[in-house]
Amino acid sequence: MERCRLVFSGSGGQGVITAAVILSEAAVLYENMNAVQSQAYGPAARGGATRSDIIISESNINFPKVIQPNVLICLTQEAYNTFCNIIRPGGLLITDTRFVKTEKKVDAQQKELPMYVNVMEKIGKPIVFNICMLGAVIRLTDLVEPESIMKVLENRIPSDFLEMNRKALELGMELTETIKS
Amino acid sequence: MKTENIKFIQGNEACVEGALYAGLDFFAGYPITPSTEIAELLSRRLPQKGGKFIQMEDEIASMSAIIGASLTGSKVMTATSGPGFSLMQEALGYAIMTEIPCVIVNVQRGGPSTGIPTHVSQGDVNQTRWGTHGDHAIVALTASNHQDVFETTVEAFNISETYRTPVVLLYDEVVGHMRERLRVPETGELPLAERLRTSVSEGVDYHPYLPREDGRLPMSDFGGVHRYNVTGLFHDMWGFPSDNPKVVHGLLRHLVDKIQNNVNQIARFKEFYLEDAECILISYGSSARSARHVVEYLRPRGERIGLLELQTLWPFPHDIVNEKCANAKYMVVVEMNMGQILREVKRAVKNPERVFLANRIDGVFIAPRDIRDILRIIQGKGV
Amino acid sequence: MAIKDYIRERFFPHIWCPGCGHGTVLNSLLRTVSQLGMSRNEIVMVSGIGCSSRISGYVDFHTLHTLHGRALAFATGVKLSRPELNLIVPMGDGDALAIGGNHFIHAARRNIDLTAIVMNNRIYGMTGGQYSPLSGHGTLATTAPYTNIDYAFDTVELATAAGASFVARSTTYHVQQLAKILKQAILHEGFSVVEVLTQCPTYFGRKNRLGSAADMMEDYKNNTTPIGSKAKKENPDLIERGVFVQKEIPEYCSEYDKIIERAMKGK
Repeated sequence: MERCRLVFSGSGGQGVITAAVILSEAAVLYENMNAVQSQAYGPAARGGATRSDIIISESNINFPKVIQPNVLICLTQEAYNTFCNIIRPGGLLITDTRFVKTEKKVDAQQKELPMYVNVMEKIGKPIVFNICMLGAVIRLTDLVEPESIMKVLENRIPSDFLEMNRKALELGMELTETIKS
Repeated sequence: MKTENIKFIQGNEACVEGALYAGLDFFAGYPITPSTEIAELLSRRLPQKGGKFIQMEDEIASMSAIIGASLTGSKVMTATSGPGFSLMQEALGYAIMTEIPCVIVNVQRGGPSTGIPTHVSQGDVNQTRWGTHGDHAIVALTASNHQDVFETTVEAFNISETYRTPVVLLYDEVVGHMRERLRVPETGELPLAERLRTSVSEGVDYHPYLPREDGRLPMSDFGGVHRYNVTGLFHDMWGFPSDNPKVVHGLLRHLVDKIQNNVNQIARFKEFYLEDAECILISYGSSARSARHVVEYLRPRGERIGLLELQTLWPFPHDIVNEKCANAKYMVVVEMNMGQILREVKRAVKNPERVFLANRIDGVFIAPRDIRDILRIIQGKGV
Repeated sequence: MAIKDYIRERFFPHIWCPGCGHGTVLNSLLRTVSQLGMSRNEIVMVSGIGCSSRISGYVDFHTLHTLHGRALAFATGVKLSRPELNLIVPMGDGDALAIGGNHFIHAARRNIDLTAIVMNNRIYGMTGGQYSPLSGHGTLATTAPYTNIDYAFDTVELATAAGASFVARSTTYHVQQLAKILKQAILHEGFSVVEVLTQCPTYFGRKNRLGSAADMMEDYKNNTTPIGSKAKKENPDLIERGVFVQKEIPEYCSEYDKIIERAMKGK
């Protein structure tokens, strides 16, 4: 894909913005692509509906905001209700079964993944929920290699936590194959 | 593979990288959205290189502190946004009057007053020009992407040292907060202007405010061998207060002329597809990104449209704008205010009635669609 | 060095009114600096705006005549950038405690090594006699024609509460004590505040019928007393003179040096 526009949405504290930064940083630093990432500021970043826009492209990116995402992630019902209509026709919509009940029909490929439940069952730490989500995103979009994500994480988190994050990333990737939706 | 000098960071961080590259030694500031990341990052980075960071009690004090520090020979900076910039106007005038180099970053948000802190605006363009009282000249630079944020920050320090003047970096919330690629230039890749210090030796009279033939004023660091006076009052060549009309007239002319006589040297701009453009978009800061998007969208569709992106807003490069627009049928200024640069463009070109405005003033970042809608109206095609 | 070597002789006679106390403060300060044998190059005097602030024009130090109320903020920048310099910051009472009140308490809180001299004449003299934050209830001024209903700060209490590590008070009558206190203040490592009661016969004195400059100085003699004196117990209205606070607490610039050390080690 020459250019991919993504919107990550959820609530403050789910690590939505961190995930957006990690993905775009991986694309820029380790895949030699261009990326811009921006986010909603203010109280939303500390709880409430939050949103981060990402554009990843092989060419120069001018307008940095996303109006119609190719890929939309909704990790809360509120985020889903707010944003599900903005998806580009034929795009990819990923939701988490624990938090989102999909209702509206949108012209998109819908993936309802039990990411949170699996993270809690197999890893037991909600903090890596966002990394699990990233695993699903990169497997479904082929935007960046998992190793690029891991390299970003190596620079961001203490080495003791790397293994847990790798597991979460792989878990997300596996879920996209085992769960048919 | 990752190259060491590639970073994926916010515009505010790119500004910090540029300032450190330029040799920043001292930062004083006060927290305010959307500029706070600059203070946060410098509180960590400056002491790592032996520099100083201080969080002052307000923006008045921040601006005052950097002027004091600059006098001792430090390269200094502060960062703020609209409301804080209002508070800095007093000491900004002092730095202009006393010709003390300093860099002020204003990451613009919507105003007036507390306005709309987390949303974008470009409403401080005229405040930058005329915010402090009295006749004066000012330098203000801006940028639309992180590479240019880095370079204009370095340039701000260079201009500040060269002309002994405060320089305002007028960024905005979108550029300040978004993340994108920055390649940090190698040492020596960008030229750095260091402070011009006096060669007058100890015991010989040093005239702190007697310009050399080239108009430049060599400085002597406070704490050094030359003791002199610095005052915000009109002053003579020794720096002592004077109300002699000749002195007053001469100083004011000097303060204005040293900038206005160098408009073209200070002017930074970029041009895209101007050669045959019938329609020229004129923009700056983050809105230039949307303008460029429009140009690159419409060019392949046969429209003769181009973009003049201004990086120096003050002193406004009237002659350059006039020359670039000489063959265009009409100009559209794209900005997020009620026409602050529009007015300057109208003053610059021969056909001011052919200059239009494409703006947004609602805190929402102007999108390519907004610009195209306005272009259609201008072209009489309706929306 | 002789006292004369510390002044810029060509600017004399000074601009202060006949009888003004500010010249006495300048005199005490110069004696102190001379006694301490300080080099002119190591002293930076930063002042704001007002009668008192003109003091910086007369001394042959590095002198920075700044904005109304902002002297301490400018001085903070100079000091933090070059901690080896000695900073002396003379201010008027309006300059220091009205428009500059916020900078005053925060400089005190930081305990940055500046010597703040509050030249308290209880009036805005440069603008012609308006009431200041130290004029006090019941006084008269050009902006208090029906008497002033504002209460005054107590500079010593304010500085103490704000955390200044050296706080003292004297008057233009008690020049020996004043010079001694200024010496202690300059030598003190940390933020020091010296309040000097200094007469303004032209405005405060005339408006409030306090007589001549000499009468006003006589009042300083009669209405003040050393800290903790017997006289104070008998007459609580007396204003105490002397050193109120002198404590050794870490100074800001030295603390920042530790920050630099930590940052350079990457901790």
